[in-house]
Amino acid sequence: MSKRILNSKGNILLKNGRIYDPFLSINEENDLLISDGFVKEIKKNIEIKKDFDVINCDGKIITNGFVDIHTHFREPGFEFKETLETGSTAAIYGGYTRVCTMPNTNPVIDTPELVKFIVDSSHNLPIYIHPIGAITKGQKGLELAEIGQMVQAGAVAVSDDGLPLTNSQLMRYALEYSKKFGIPVINHAEDCCLVNQGTMHEGDVSLNLGLVGNPDISESTMIYRDLAIADYVGGSLHIPHVSSSKSLDVIKFFKEKGVDVSVEVTPHHLALTDKALQSYDTNAKVAPPIRSDIDRESIQNAVCSGLINCIATDHAPHSIIDKERDFNNASCGMIGLESAFGVTNKVLKGKKTVESIIDLFTINPCKVINIKPNLIMEKELAELNIIDPDIEWEFKSSSIKSKSSNSPFIGQKLIGRVMMTINKGFYINNF
Amino acid sequence: MKKIESKHLLGLEKISKKDIETIIDVGFTFREVLERPIKKVPVLNGKNIVNLFFENSTRTKISFELAEKRLSADVTNFSASSSSVQKGETLKDTIQNIHVMKMDCVVMRHPVPGSCLQLTNYVDVPIVNAGDGTHEHPTQALLDMMSIKERFGKIEGLNIGIIGDILHSRVALSNIYGLTKMGANVKVCAPPHLLQRGIDKLGVSVCYDVDDLIDWADAINVLRIQRERMGIGLIPSTREYRTFFGITNERLSRHKKELVIMHPGPINRGVEIDSEVADSDQAIILDQVLNGVAVRMSVLYLLLGSKDFE
Repeated sequence: MSKRILNSKGNILLKNGRIYDPFLSINEENDLLISDGFVKEIKKNIEIKKDFDVINCDGKIITNGFVDIHTHFREPGFEFKETLETGSTAAIYGGYTRVCTMPNTNPVIDTPELVKFIVDSSHNLPIYIHPIGAITKGQKGLELAEIGQMVQAGAVAVSDDGLPLTNSQLMRYALEYSKKFGIPVINHAEDCCLVNQGTMHEGDVSLNLGLVGNPDISESTMIYRDLAIADYVGGSLHIPHVSSSKSLDVIKFFKEKGVDVSVEVTPHHLALTDKALQSYDTNAKVAPPIRSDIDRESIQNAVCSGLINCIATDHAPHSIIDKERDFNNASCGMIGLESAFGVTNKVLKGKKTVESIIDLFTINPCKVINIKPNLIMEKELAELNIIDPDIEWEFKSSSIKSKSSNSPFIGQKLIGRVMMTINKGFYINNF
Repeated sequence: MKKIESKHLLGLEKISKKDIETIIDVGFTFREVLERPIKKVPVLNGKNIVNLFFENSTRTKISFELAEKRLSADVTNFSASSSSVQKGETLKDTIQNIHVMKMDCVVMRHPVPGSCLQLTNYVDVPIVNAGDGTHEHPTQALLDMMSIKERFGKIEGLNIGIIGDILHSRVALSNIYGLTKMGANVKVCAPPHLLQRGIDKLGVSVCYDVDDLIDWADAINVLRIQRERMGIGLIPSTREYRTFFGITNERLSRHKKELVIMHPGPINRGVEIDSEVADSDQAIILDQVLNGVAVRMSVLYLLLGSKDFE
């Protein structure tokens, strides 16, 4: 578990860092003093006193905590994979100070009481948890859940998570009804019939492996449907983990028409292609599947152009029992909170400024779910990251804080790391 | 003795042409052994081979078992009911059993592609793929190629057609990898929705017309139409399939040519192939069965053997 600030006065002086807070449009070098978990002072050349813990932030960026709008913490119901506590620890080690948890737990988070359970459980944890409620009762796709009361209890969006809303009329109702509460609807965009039990992207690799392919049109046709409905009735649509070039074409078309749509991509769809599955690595089995070179290139371009505006991890912990099985029966998903920045930054370095990479983790996701974090200004509770955008480090299995370690990035060299995170009076040191 | 580079036989996609040639050559030697009065050779004395079948099989299992016994290996059969696989019996459990039993070789059939390859991550004995889902069935393709070579004296340059449900066929995929590697021209013929998207990238040509295929081919491999593909909208009816893709007597008599006909069995007589055709001189279906035992002996001997047998 993370350590609380231990010294009595709790003074941490961040020396010579560059402070980048896109919420305040600040980007300048300054010293920053944190006392008892609050930002006490921001100015040049703060004098060092003897009870200060001084952190040399030369060449580092001090910025807001990351916000993940797509996380699975498995509690309640699947605590053997992840709990709110282990998930929160993984999150803060990855630089995340806030996460939005998906409702696909057992029971499904589909009532205000259950939303409140998650929110209350997070009070003593090192991060803030903003639950996402189910669109339909029990994620069954039959009738709307108590969306309004869930929002009152703290839900920031609604989604049936991995179960696509197949009933188009219900999708219309969800988009219309959610307008009253100012929250986005998130639909896992896959036409289940076109998925056809496919376990990986349909393409050259699936052909060689003899695996049933899930074609890119399973996603793009569903996204077209959802956006056409949103265009017709209004409401705010957030598209999770976009995976294909064809989907991006559809999104661009509707965005240019003025539809209120936001788009996230996972670090793995940004970094990998279906070649990662060539040896039937079940850790690279995800839904929607990691697709072709062309899809990856389109995704990277769309992140650069701003069509994709958020990185979301889709952190999906699974136990060894869920993953060490034959390919068809292995669970979908990979953990992502602890590797997200290093993977993303490595891919985008040189293509985008470090500030705009940071925005994908901070201000952009906050805009989607309409929340405001603690800002980097005096008297605010410290909620910030110290980032080294250039450091090369190995993502090691032994350092993973999540309860699960299903990740194809283990053993890989990543570039850029959150060196320290301070949030809710906790501090995490990766220096 | 002859040797191959491969440590396992997982499929024909990655194996070298030279290894395929060696397996087929040694297969012919074992074919001679099978013609002898005493058909058993002591080359795998003291070796334990386990046949792990996670999916129903009659002929492949019998063929492997016979091959193992004729090589004097000790044979253990393990058949998991398909229901226990569906319930999620993990490969890990399988692997631990093999470790404990100290087996020298595993022959595995499994309903899921890649299972044999996954097994190699955990077990250091040779693995022979006896069919992994819709991926590969390498010994079937090896026996098909051996039968082609027996009939034509060569494989290179021949026109070989494969007809049937290519999409769901591990026999087709292994045949495509093997035959193209050996220099044959391969053309697949199927209802268009029963072909993998982009299959031409495997170096084969595609046609939808059986008569065109027959005109072009020196030999055709007629795949079995699996009954479970019907009733889910893939094949409207057996009579419709037979009308457009059946190798019927009437259709063949229209083509005045020598055409060698193969079938991996078991045959649906009157559906994908007529009885008269299956029983005719141009069919080498029973040679395939015998070559199946020989080529499996060859594979096991080359992976496990340490001494000459002649």
